[in-house]
Amino acid sequence: MIKAILIFNNHGKPRLIRFYQYFAEDMQQQIIRETFHLVSKRDDNVCNFLEGGSLIGGSDYKLIYRHYATLYFVFCVDSSESELGILDLIQVFVETLDKCFENVCELDLIFHMDKVHYILQEVVMGGMVLETNMNEIVAQVEVQNRMEKSESLVGSVAKNGHVTFPT
Amino acid sequence: MALKIVKGSIDRMFDKNLQDLVRGIRNHKEDEAKYISTCIDEIKQELKQDNIAVKANAVCKLTYLQMLGYDVSWAAFNIVEVMSSSKFTYKRIGYLAASQCFHESTDVIMLTTNQIRKDLSSPNQYDTGVALTGLSCFVTPDLARDLANDIMTLVSHGDCVKRKRCSVLIMYKVFLKYPESLRPAFPRLKEKLEDPDPGVQSAAVNVICELARRNPKNYLSLAPLFFKLMTSSTNNWVLIKIIKLFGALTPLEPRLGKKLIEPLTNLIHSTSAMSLLYECVNTVIAGQYCSSVGSVVLCVQKLRILIEDSDQNLKYLGLLAMSKILKTHPKSVQSHKDLILQCLDDKDESIRLRALDLLYGMVSKKNLMEIVKKLMLHVDKAEGTTYRDELLTKIIDICSQSNYQYITNFEWSVSQPVTPHPPGISVSWWTIRVFAVAQMATLLDNAHLLTGSMQRNGICEVLYAAAWICGEFSEHLENPLQTLEAMLRPKVATLPGHIQAVYVQNAAKLFATVLKSQEGNTDSTTAQETSQLMIDRLPLFVQSANLEVQERASCILQLVKYIQKLQQKDVEVAEEVIALFAGELNPVAPKAQKKVPVPEGYLDLTPPSESESEDEQPKAIFAKEEPKHSRPRHTEVDEKELARRREARKQEQANNPFYIKASPSSQKVYQDAPGVEHIPVVQIDLSVPLKVPGLPMSDQYVKLEEERRQKERAEKKKKEKKKRKEKRSGRGKKHDSGPESEEDITPAHMVDIVTEEMPEVRCVSLQIQFSTSRIFNELSPSSFWVFNEKKSSKHKKKKQKKEKEEKEKKKKKKKHHHHHHHSDGGGEESVQNGTVEEEEPLPVSVYDIQGNLQDGSQVVVSVIFENKCDSFLKSMEFNVLDSLNSKLQRPEGSGPHDGLTVPFQLPPGVSNEARFVFTVQSIVMPQKLKGTLTFIVKNEDSSTHEKLDFKLHFTCTSYLITTPCYSDAFAKLLESGDLKGSSVRLEGVNMPFHHLLARICFHHHFSVVERIDSCASMYSRSIQGHHVCLLVKTSGQTVSIDAKCDEPTLLGNVLDEIKQTFSQC
Repeated sequence: MIKAILIFNNHGKPRLIRFYQYFAEDMQQQIIRETFHLVSKRDDNVCNFLEGGSLIGGSDYKLIYRHYATLYFVFCVDSSESELGILDLIQVFVETLDKCFENVCELDLIFHMDKVHYILQEVVMGGMVLETNMNEIVAQVEVQNRMEKSESLVGSVAKNGHVTFPT
Repeated sequence: MALKIVKGSIDRMFDKNLQDLVRGIRNHKEDEAKYISTCIDEIKQELKQDNIAVKANAVCKLTYLQMLGYDVSWAAFNIVEVMSSSKFTYKRIGYLAASQCFHESTDVIMLTTNQIRKDLSSPNQYDTGVALTGLSCFVTPDLARDLANDIMTLVSHGDCVKRKRCSVLIMYKVFLKYPESLRPAFPRLKEKLEDPDPGVQSAAVNVICELARRNPKNYLSLAPLFFKLMTSSTNNWVLIKIIKLFGALTPLEPRLGKKLIEPLTNLIHSTSAMSLLYECVNTVIAGQYCSSVGSVVLCVQKLRILIEDSDQNLKYLGLLAMSKILKTHPKSVQSHKDLILQCLDDKDESIRLRALDLLYGMVSKKNLMEIVKKLMLHVDKAEGTTYRDELLTKIIDICSQSNYQYITNFEWSVSQPVTPHPPGISVSWWTIRVFAVAQMATLLDNAHLLTGSMQRNGICEVLYAAAWICGEFSEHLENPLQTLEAMLRPKVATLPGHIQAVYVQNAAKLFATVLKSQEGNTDSTTAQETSQLMIDRLPLFVQSANLEVQERASCILQLVKYIQKLQQKDVEVAEEVIALFAGELNPVAPKAQKKVPVPEGYLDLTPPSESESEDEQPKAIFAKEEPKHSRPRHTEVDEKELARRREARKQEQANNPFYIKASPSSQKVYQDAPGVEHIPVVQIDLSVPLKVPGLPMSDQYVKLEEERRQKERAEKKKKEKKKRKEKRSGRGKKHDSGPESEEDITPAHMVDIVTEEMPEVRCVSLQIQFSTSRIFNELSPSSFWVFNEKKSSKHKKKKQKKEKEEKEKKKKKKKHHHHHHHSDGGGEESVQNGTVEEEEPLPVSVYDIQGNLQDGSQVVVSVIFENKCDSFLKSMEFNVLDSLNSKLQRPEGSGPHDGLTVPFQLPPGVSNEARFVFTVQSIVMPQKLKGTLTFIVKNEDSSTHEKLDFKLHFTCTSYLITTPCYSDAFAKLLESGDLKGSSVRLEGVNMPFHHLLARICFHHHFSVVERIDSCASMYSRSIQGHHVCLLVKTSGQTVSIDAKCDEPTLLGNVLDEIKQTFSQC
């Protein structure tokens, strides 16, 4: 099981947080701070696994992370997940973001946190891996974006009064 | 025109969407909190509007603020409103917000049930998807109960693949929150394992793997299905999950492990995916106890490749898996020691931590120093506290593992500031005490540097030992005054109470030493200054909250004040003061206590020497504990005060288990005692410098140690190599030592093995300690044995019961059925003397038979029941078929054939001890009692009644109690002529004489009275008061034992048993 997914930048500012187990807000922030503290002092050429994030779970839990440019992607998982598998999953997730945002950068995540969440929902559900095939994920996201667009089109047109709702 | 106005207002309302909020926050870096609070006010306004679009926008912004740490639970109801919007866009926003901030105690959650149900059955698959995703995050037991059926419907009838997949995954969450749903849903879940869609299939595998992790046993029946999947699937994700699942299952079903070996090895050889390879290796390791050596070797090889890889991740995982192999196949890992040591230098902390874990199993006598030296370097360099703490713990673990068996050079060990020296150790290191004292003084001096972090880590315990050593051996201190000053620093008051108490007491000892050293001086200012120092500093301790500290401090303070008065009159007081602490301390082994019986009815706290005369024990057994000249001659204090002081001192001694005084006479006996030369303690390694200026000295030791070893090696070639090997093999299998090449490293001071369990003395009662010091002196050759042979459950013994036990273990043969059921073979187990190794995970019990000294006709049998199977054992009944001679004591009113209920139940893997009292009439013959243990094995779904037959073997030896005896008393006993003789010859006994004696002492509860060369007299007493005397002589490989006893039958049987013992080795 994945216990939490955290994305924060090189200064520890959260860009996306997704806990699959309930923590109060102040605890969440503390976890982010601690995780950032643990991860940020590590060189880029050391391994991507970290033990001992004391806040989430005990010894069974590991932090698996990747560092891309200005962002850290951290997954907190228990021993039922394959370490290398999760690393691949992070890669898939980031590539998906890249595809959806066209050359994703930190700003995309900053301004479109909701969209990133929707993409993540297609990858991980309730802490379990749902889909690992990037094309599948992108397809699902696109369908839903189209739905949203069509809805907003109907809405905005309605606002302008040119089209009336079909009854 | 009107339209324009409407549009404008709408635009304004939409003025601040999520992007605007983010931008605003970024532009208000200085007053972010203020800006956000205005934003929250705006959001509150927006939420009051009827327009759902406005509300959704507000909720979306709240989700963002939630990420920044703001509590948005106040908007929970609005979130539910947005969730129930008919539009996908808003619904999605609502569910996202809900999944971020709803939890079980959110009360509005119960309002969502119907909405979610509606969404689950919505014709739009994306509505369903959004609802499922949200639900997976905030599902509560109530929601799970109410929606379980809807989800099942989706699982079985859903036409859309994606919806199906989600609903399969969410089943796990539903099961977690509402376990009752698992049973009815399970068949459907199982069906999905063979779903044509790989996505659904993988979701089902995922869910079952999670479930199996919690309770693997219940999923064994799915093994064939998973096996099929494993051999057919090509999806690595699914394969990894399945292989992980097998890793959890194989320990439960050994046959599965065997079956898996082949496909797993195939995968290991064929796959290019490292993740898959790694999981395969892991699973092979999980089932390794039943897998062939070959497959383990293959795993280790593959892991080596991983560790050598430049990819740090692979390196890390390789080490992780190695540590799992280490547990069962230490040898195969040890051959890669070079690689692991290399990893200690890695720049990556995770990798170093993993390598540290492995090190524990790599340590041997040969490389201990080198490894610890390396670790100490890391301690110096370590930045993070976690890593440093881990390092220190590891160093301590490594050094103390298997009772310090790898520590060959104790001087080296003292010089390590963090290596463990439990208080007792230095006591018996008297060979090196001068050295130890110097080290400890330095340590005390620097204590202030350490206390900060020490207290937290509990390492401050070392100060306890250090203070005591400095006080007790203060005559070896170079500058006692300085140490005294260090001990009385105000900072000491922050230490734990028990350490302060030791500080205070030992400050007094140091004070005495200082006075003594100043005595000759004509100028008495130093002495007076010292008194003043004591008087100045002690009040701090008098105020201590700790009673012990307070009491000692006030006592000593008064004493010092009085001494100061005398000093001012120019009276020479040093002699008297030093007499307070006169006497030498000798090593005591914790086990020595067991060799001394507690005199009958002896419960008061008077020193043994006082009650001694009424006892029939030989006079000199108990050492006198009170120094004769404890009263300063010039003291004008009244008797009462004196008594109070003495009492306080006794109190202190009572609390200090290592404070055991030997009177001058017993000291002499110790030196003269035959066999003393065999106490390895006396081998002093003079190549070691005795004075050390600072602490970090380990380098020198490593060098010295190397030199020493080289010398030794050279010597060894010349002589005795054979002998040593035999000795080692005779010592028993308890040493699971490293590679054979390390076997021939001898410890620099054998004393380590004798002292290793010293701290245990603490748990025995006061009067026994006093008496044991002497006994130990005589018995030290044998105690060597005791420590090696017996490690189990010593502490459980009640101190009032003087016991010697024989250990009998029984095994039960059992067949394994497929899956989870155990059937009981009911076969008779064998009962043997000595230890039997258990291999099988079955219920095993261990017996201790102990004679009860207080009642010559009672024997207490302690049985340790250990449940080694996976089922719950309950309603255990213990019954023994009484013989004419021996009867199990049953509660009044029960019949002679009723069993005794064992007063506990046993969950899997738990052990517990029960005691049964037997009445024995005659103790001159050994006997076997047949018995049965009946119990109920309870599984998840069944419970069976099982029976286990056993035999209790009451040997004559078990009626003997190790009783010390003095040579004069022994001689009288022999002269009395009441004893009848008998003798026995043992041929082909191939062991050093002191081992032979030790063996008799250990197995047959004798104590050595006297030893001269290859001849020794030994003594023991039965619970009914029979005296048994032995005269053991050895020449070559023949040992003759002449024995005398007032009961010839008993003697004959005891001799038979001794013979038996030696024929087994």
